[in-house]
Amino acid sequence: MTAILTAIFSTIGALAILFASIGILRMPDFFLRLSVTVKASTLGVGLLLICAAFTFSDVSVTTKAIAIIFFLVLTTPVAAHMIGKTAYHTGVEIWKDTIIDELKGFYEKNESGMDKKADDQAGNQPKLH
Amino acid sequence: MTLATYFDYVIFPILIISVVLIMIRLYKGPQVVDRVIALDLIITTGIALITAYSIRSGEPVLLDVAMIFALIAFLGTIAFSFYLDKQIKK
Repeated sequence: MTAILTAIFSTIGALAILFASIGILRMPDFFLRLSVTVKASTLGVGLLLICAAFTFSDVSVTTKAIAIIFFLVLTTPVAAHMIGKTAYHTGVEIWKDTIIDELKGFYEKNESGMDKKADDQAGNQPKLH
Repeated sequence: MTLATYFDYVIFPILIISVVLIMIRLYKGPQVVDRVIALDLIITTGIALITAYSIRSGEPVLLDVAMIFALIAFLGTIAFSFYLDKQIKK
């Protein structure tokens, strides 16, 4: 029973990591690549660690697996947010079929990348919705 | 078919093919940020490989290395984005 559960979960996890790698290779844009890889790779690694917790029915291994899953779920979105913000400030070009860019107009291009506009600090803050 | 054979012939080849595909993006990547997320994904796939190997060989000690890898990946991405931001600000 444990072997069957381990086989099913590890197959789903390995396939999720494979889809993440295909996505990072084939997506047309940096931001699409970022959004594909972060979610799928976290899912895949989490499922493989659950397999490890099933296989070794031991308290220390289960605690370790839960700690790694918790740490990944906590830190991966933070890292993705930071690198996405850096990419937008650096001026990475956006895919031509992108429908909406909510930060458009709040930063202006200069020679070293995008910089925050100085003149509309008063009432023109970015709307959150 | 035992679980060890299944891991040897299915799980490990899938993970290794994923690492090869990410390496292509790490080599091609048009900007620096593409390479940074490719490196991050390679380390995450490395955590998955270590976990699979520890299941297959029955040695749970290897999970400690996976935990350290998760720490290193986060710190690396944060440091890269911090210094890239600093480079354009000056």
